[in-house]
Amino acid sequence: MTGVPAAIAAVHRSDWSRIVSGLIRVTGDWALAEDAAQDAFAIAVARWPREGIPEKPAAWLAVTARNRAIDRLRSATSERSKLREVAIMDSLTRQPDASIEDDRLRLIFTCCHPALPLAARVALTLRTVAGLTVPEIAAAFLVPETTMAQRLVRARAKIANAGIPYRVPPPELLGERLSGVLAVLYLVFNEGYTAGARADLADSAIALASSVVDLMPTEPEAGGLLALMLFQDSRRAARISNDGRLLTLAEQDRGLWNSVEIARAGAVLDRAMSRGRGAYVVQAAIAEVHAGARTAEATNWQRIVPLYDELLELSPTPVIELNRAIAVGMRDGPDAGLALIDELAGSLDGFRLVPAARADLLERAGRREDAAASYREALALTSGELEREQLAARLADLEV
Amino acid sequence: MEYMLFIATDSNPDDSSEPEPDIEEWVAEGERRGIRKQGDRLRRPSDATTVRVRRGEVLLTDGPFTESKEWIAGYDLLECKDLDEAIDYASRHPQARGGSIEIRPVWPFEE
Repeated sequence: MTGVPAAIAAVHRSDWSRIVSGLIRVTGDWALAEDAAQDAFAIAVARWPREGIPEKPAAWLAVTARNRAIDRLRSATSERSKLREVAIMDSLTRQPDASIEDDRLRLIFTCCHPALPLAARVALTLRTVAGLTVPEIAAAFLVPETTMAQRLVRARAKIANAGIPYRVPPPELLGERLSGVLAVLYLVFNEGYTAGARADLADSAIALASSVVDLMPTEPEAGGLLALMLFQDSRRAARISNDGRLLTLAEQDRGLWNSVEIARAGAVLDRAMSRGRGAYVVQAAIAEVHAGARTAEATNWQRIVPLYDELLELSPTPVIELNRAIAVGMRDGPDAGLALIDELAGSLDGFRLVPAARADLLERAGRREDAAASYREALALTSGELEREQLAARLADLEV
Repeated sequence: MEYMLFIATDSNPDDSSEPEPDIEEWVAEGERRGIRKQGDRLRRPSDATTVRVRRGEVLLTDGPFTESKEWIAGYDLLECKDLDEAIDYASRHPQARGGSIEIRPVWPFEE
C-alpha cells in the first residue's frame, strides 16, 4: 500500500479508538460513535485522493466524525438525540482536557466488563477498540453477519440499560479487571493464531495489547502478554508444514522464525520484568528460552523447569502441571517426566494432551509400541483437524 | 440508577469455611450510604398465589409463576451510581454465598 490507502490504514490503526472513545464520552451513545467514526473514514477514502491528505489526518478525522455525529443526531428527532446534540455542542466550547489517553482505556475496560458475556466482550473490543467492521468480525468467528450485529446491539444495550460505567476501574478493582481485559485479548490472539489462516485477529490482538502496554506502562502483566503473543507470533511462518500440517516446536524450521518480532518481544519482556512477575510474564519468559535455542536439542530445559515451578505457584492448573512434567522429562530424561504424568493422571482424565505428552516421552525413551498406543489414545480424544493430522503423522512414523 | 436485587436460593452454595457476612450490618451499611431504599424477605413459594386473567376470567393457581428448584427468597431496591457499585454491594450480601443474587436495572416509565 502506498499514498492515500496507506495513510488511511495508518491513521485507522493509531486513531480509531481515540475518535470513538472521545465521541462515546461526549454522547454516551456507542452505536452513534462507531457509525460516525466509520462515516469519517469513508469520507476520507472518497476525498483524500482528490483533495490530498490533510496536514493533520487524525485531527481531520476526529472533526469529521464529530460533525457526522451531529448530522446523524439532527436527522433523528427524538428528545434523547436533541440532548446528545447539545452535549456535543457543549463539549466544543470547553477546553480540550488532557484525558484523551484515559478515554481509550475507559473504552477497553468497558468493552471487557465482566457483566457482558465473553463472546460480546470479544466482539465489542474488535469493533469498538480495534475498529474491525461487523462483516470482518463475523467472518473471523464463522458466524452469520446478522448474528454478530445482534450480539453487538445487545452488548451496547446492556452497557446503557444496566449502567455499566464508562471508566477505568478504581484501584481496588483494577487488578481483577485488567486480567479480564488481558484474557479477552489473549482469546482474540489464540483465535487468530490457532486457526492459522486468520492472522488478522492475531495482528489485532497484538496491536490492542501494545496500546494497553502504552497506556498502562507500569502493569507487568500487560507487557508479559504482549511479549508472549509476539514470541508465539514469531513462529507463524514455521508452524505449518508445506502440506498444511501443524508442526511442534521441535519440528519447526527455526530459520523461519521472525527475528525482528523475537527481538521486540525480548525488549517488551525486559521492561515488564523490571516491574514485576505474573503468569503472562513467566509464560513469556518460557517462550523466550525456546526462542533463544538455535535447535530443539539446544533448548535450555535447566532454565525452563524452574519457570514452570514459578508458573505453577501463580496459576496452579493441571495443564501447567502437565507442561512442567514434559519439561522435567526433557531435562532429566523421559522416565522422570512419565513418572510425573502418572502422578497427575487422575486430575487430567480424558484430557487429550495427556496421552500426546506420554506418547512423545515414550518415543524418546525408545518404547515405540507404548508410544504408538498413546498416540492412538490421543487421536481418539482429539477433534481439531490440524492436531489430528499432527498426531496421525507421528503415529505413522512409529508404525513403519 | 435504580436496581432491584432478587435474592435467590441456589442448590450449589459456597462450600468455603469463610464466615458469612451479617445481614444486619449489610442493611445498616446500605442505609448509611443511602444506596438501599427498601427490601425484605419473601414467604416461601408454597405461600404464593399466581393470578392470570383470560377472557375476562380471573384464574388463580397455587404456587409461583414458574416451577423451579431455585426461588426468590427476598428483594432489595437500590439506588446506585452504576452497575459496579451495585455488584460490589450485592456481592457482600450473605445470600451471595448461600445462594445467588440477580441484579436487574429498573426501567423507568419515562424512558
